[in-house]
Amino acid sequence: MPENSAGTMTPRRPAGTLYRGREGMWSWVLHRITGVAIFFFLLVHVLDSSMVAVAPGAYNAVIDTYKNPIMGLGEIALVGAIVFHAFNGIRIILIDLWSKGAKFQRVMFYVVIGLWVVTMAGFIPRQIMVILSEVAH
Amino acid sequence: MSTTIASPRSPYSAPRNRGVNWEKWGWIYMRASGVVLIILIFGHLFVNLVLGEGVKGIDFAFVAGKWANPFWQVWDLLMLWLAFIHGGNGMRTIVNDYATRPLTRKILLAAILVSVVVEIALGTVIIFAFDPCPVGSPADLLPSFCPVNQ
Repeated sequence: MPENSAGTMTPRRPAGTLYRGREGMWSWVLHRITGVAIFFFLLVHVLDSSMVAVAPGAYNAVIDTYKNPIMGLGEIALVGAIVFHAFNGIRIILIDLWSKGAKFQRVMFYVVIGLWVVTMAGFIPRQIMVILSEVAH
Repeated sequence: MSTTIASPRSPYSAPRNRGVNWEKWGWIYMRASGVVLIILIFGHLFVNLVLGEGVKGIDFAFVAGKWANPFWQVWDLLMLWLAFIHGGNGMRTIVNDYATRPLTRKILLAAILVSVVVEIALGTVIIFAFDPCPVGSPADLLPSFCPVNQ
């Protein structure tokens, strides 16, 4: 490790940071990626919903493109992104406003992952049933 | 001409901007809207993707039926406004972090602002002004409360 002029060791990573390396950083990266993905989906989602003002058949035609197995998997990815962003958002609020938030930020990251797994374990089987009924249709 | 020099021991105070602290209100907005959006969006996903036939059950009649109820009109309106301002502000933060050239940054920020304003305006008009029973449409595509289905 390099020594500075004062002869003290320079640590590899600054101590006491929440946003560099490990869980603090990766939750931040995931929060950004899921946020951007959700934003771009919303841009499309308002446009497809707007087709109700054009004609009933026009809306049904565009919403039918959401009803195939590939988009069914896409809906799982979308819900996964939203659920992570939501739970990690609560974690961020707790880090900022709860007196012990920063201390427990790493524990809370694994709570977020755990709740995400539980929520997706509820949603994915339901969505697979919907996808299979689309295939059978 | 004499210059007044502050005492070296006088406490330093940074010059404060006297206007509204928009960054602070943005910070508060992200957290407040985030909590409300969790309720609104989880409810939206549950009703539209999980209940009934899931996404397979969504068609014009389903949407027209929902928006015949002021409860869902207000629900979707709140979701639209809160989500786009939340998302637009988040995108602004990301652009400010990564856009290094001032012109690139200005263009991207303008694009975010325009898309957010257009989508909010479009969505708001559609929720309240669309016709659930357009004349001349096939009756089987329309909700059951339309005159043609009575």
